[in-house]
Amino acid sequence: MDTDDEFMSTVSSEDDMLPDDSDNDISGDDDFGFDDEPDPDLGIQQDIGQNKRAPYDVSFRVYEPQDIQQQQDVLIDEVNMILNISKEESAILLRHFRWNKERLLEQYMDHREKALEAAGLSQTTSAPPKLEVIPGFCCDICCEDEEGLQSFALKCGHRFCVDCYRHYLGQKIREEGEAARIQCPAEGCNIIIDARSLDLLVTAELTERYHKLLNRTYVEDKETLKWCPAPDCQNAIECGIKKKDLTRIVPTVACSCSHRFCFGCILNDHQPAPCELVKKWLKKCADDSETANWISANTKECPKCNSTIEKNGGCNHMTCRKCKHEFCWMCMGLWSEHGTSWYNCNRFEEKSGTDARDAQAKSRVSLERYLHYYNRYANHEQSARLDKDLFAKTEKKMVQLQKESGMSWIEVQYLSAASMALQTCRQTLMWTYAFAFYLARNNLTTIFEDNQKDLELAVESLSEMFEKPVTELADSRLKVDIMDKTSYCNKRRIILLDDTARNLSEGKWIFNVEFSNPTPISGPSSRK
Amino acid sequence: MAGFATKRLGKELSKINSNSLPPGIELVSADNFEEWFLDIRVLDNNPLYLNEIYRLKFRFSAQYPIEPPEVTFVKLADRPIPIHPHIYSNGIICLDLLGQQGWSPVQNVESVCMSLQSMLTGNSRNERPAGDEEFVRANRLRPKDIDFYYDDNNV
Ligand SMILES: [Zn+2]
Ligand SMILES: [Zn+2]
Ligand SMILES: [Zn+2]
Ligand SMILES: [Zn+2]
Ligand SMILES: [Zn+2]
Ligand SMILES: [Zn+2]
Repeated sequence: MDTDDEFMSTVSSEDDMLPDDSDNDISGDDDFGFDDEPDPDLGIQQDIGQNKRAPYDVSFRVYEPQDIQQQQDVLIDEVNMILNISKEESAILLRHFRWNKERLLEQYMDHREKALEAAGLSQTTSAPPKLEVIPGFCCDICCEDEEGLQSFALKCGHRFCVDCYRHYLGQKIREEGEAARIQCPAEGCNIIIDARSLDLLVTAELTERYHKLLNRTYVEDKETLKWCPAPDCQNAIECGIKKKDLTRIVPTVACSCSHRFCFGCILNDHQPAPCELVKKWLKKCADDSETANWISANTKECPKCNSTIEKNGGCNHMTCRKCKHEFCWMCMGLWSEHGTSWYNCNRFEEKSGTDARDAQAKSRVSLERYLHYYNRYANHEQSARLDKDLFAKTEKKMVQLQKESGMSWIEVQYLSAASMALQTCRQTLMWTYAFAFYLARNNLTTIFEDNQKDLELAVESLSEMFEKPVTELADSRLKVDIMDKTSYCNKRRIILLDDTARNLSEGKWIFNVEFSNPTPISGPSSRK
Repeated sequence: MAGFATKRLGKELSKINSNSLPPGIELVSADNFEEWFLDIRVLDNNPLYLNEIYRLKFRFSAQYPIEPPEVTFVKLADRPIPIHPHIYSNGIICLDLLGQQGWSPVQNVESVCMSLQSMLTGNSRNERPAGDEEFVRANRLRPKDIDFYYDDNNV
C-alpha cells in the first residue's frame, strides 16, 4: 500500500511539527478573500520536511475535536489580550468576523463602534440581558397580551414573549443548524442574538447543541478547513487548496479515520478527474441513467454459446462454464487479446468523419462513445463492490482456516492489503474513464491510455488471483504472487496519477468541455 | 407544539372575521389549521392581471409562524396562475419572504397576501421565471425544500 503509507507519513510528519505554525503556514493570513494573488505552484511543489511532494499529493493536516477547540481558544485569548475585552465578547467578535483575526483587529482599530455594533455587541448592551414583564405588552408573534407575560428584547427594542423566543430559537438551532448568526425575529431586523442572550433564552436541552454549533462555525467559516464527511467522524482537515486551484489539481486528502475524500468537493477520492469534470460526469450519468441502465446488470450472455453468465467477483476475465470461452466482461472481446499491445479495451476508437455524416449517425456515435466510457466507469464501481464482498467472504474462511491450521494472523495480512489495493485502484480506474470521456486527443493521451491499460491489466490479474479458493490462497507461492501483484498495482496507480496530475498542473490536458471559472463547486459544508 | 400554530391561526382567523381583510383579498376557506385558501386580485389597472382573480393555498406546519407557511397559487377553471418572473407555471412562488432566511414570524396570512398583491401590482414583465418549463417538468420537491436563488427581489 504505497499510497496510503505515503499519505500516512505525510500526516504524521506534519503532526510532529503541529504546534509550530510558522513556516508551512496554510492557515495563515491570506485565507480571507485575497484570491487574486498569483500562486503559480499551487502549493504542490512545496517541500514538506525534506521530501519532494508528488504532483498528485497535497499538503493537509487532520485535526481532532480537541485541536479545533484549542485553535479557537488560542485566537480568543489573543483577541482578549490585544483588545482588552472579555473572552466571551472576543468569541462573539471572532465569530462575527468569521474567525479572521486580522480583519477583526483592523476593523476594530478603525471603527470600534461599528465593529461592536455589527457583532451585536454595542456598548449599550453591556448590562446583562434580562426578561421583563411590561404592562400592556402584546407579542407580535403569538398575539398574546395576557398580564404578566414574560418578554425579551434585544437592543433594537423588538420585544417578543419568552415562549415565542424559545420556539424561534429552537427552530433555528435544531432545524436550521444556526447558532452564531441568528437574527432578531422582527421583520428586516439584522441584529444578531448574542451568546449571553441565547444562554438566557435557550432551554437547557438546546444549550449543548447550540454550543456545538458555535464550535462548528470555526471550521465552516474557514476556506482552509473542512469536516471529514465520513459518518460519525468528528475530525476536520486543513488544506490550502482554494477553489480557483481546482482546475489544476485534484486535492485528495485522507482523514485519520481512513476516509479518503476530495478537499475541493467533499466527494470520495476522484483522482485523476478534476472536480468540475466529476460534477459534469455525475450529472450526465444521472440524466442518462435510463439509457445506461442495462450496463450495470449482473448477468450477460456468453458471446460464443449464449448461455447466461453471472458475475460474482470483481474480475473481468470471464470463462464460460459451459463452453470454456474466455472473454472480457467489459468489451465482450477475446481475453487472450487483452495482454497484447495492439488491443485496446480501454480506448474508444473514434470513427472517421465519413462514418458520421448526418445528425442521426453523429448522435449515435456520441451515444456509443458515452456508453463506452460509462460502461467501464460503472464496471469498475461494481467490480470494486464485488471485490469487497469477496474479500469479506474470504476473510471469514481465512479465520476458519487459521483456527484449523494454526497460522498466525499476520500471515494473511497480505490479503487485506491486496483487497485495499484493489479498492483504491478501481476507484482510480473508475475516474480515469470519466476523465477520458472529457479528454480531447493530443500527443499526451496515448501515454495516459497506456497507463490506464497497464493499471487495468494489473488490477484484473490481481482480482483474478483473489477468486482462487481459500486452500490455494494459503499456498505460499500464491501468497508471494499476490504480494508482488499488490505492490505492482499500487505502483501502476502512482505512475498514472503522477502523469495525469503533472499535466493537469501544467495545463497540458485539453478537455472537450469548458471549465467555468471561477468554479462554484459547492456551498459551505454544513452538517447538522 | 401543535398548539402553537393552532393558537396563532385561531387569533388570525378571528381577526379576519371581525375586521375583514384589505380590499382585493378574500378568505375562501379556513376549515382547519393546516390548509387555508384565499383569493387575491390587483387593485390597479395593470393589464397583465386585469379582471382576474387568483387562488392562493396556504399550508401551515405545526411550527407556524416560526416556520413560514407554504404558499402556492392554485389553478382552477376560473383561477389562472398569474404571469410573473417569480411565479412558475405550476403555481410555485419564488419569494424570499417565504423562505427560511427571509421569513419573519411577525408576518401573517394577511401580510403575505398583501406582499403577493403588491408583487403583482409592481410587475410589468409578461414572462415566467427562466427555466420554467424544465423546473415544472422536473421538480418533485416541496416549495420549502427548493433552494431558490433570490437574484432580483426588485422584480
Ligand atoms: Zn409570543
Ligand atoms: Zn430587532
Ligand atoms: Zn474522518
Ligand atoms: Zn473534488
Ligand atoms: Zn459459453
Ligand atoms: Zn475488454
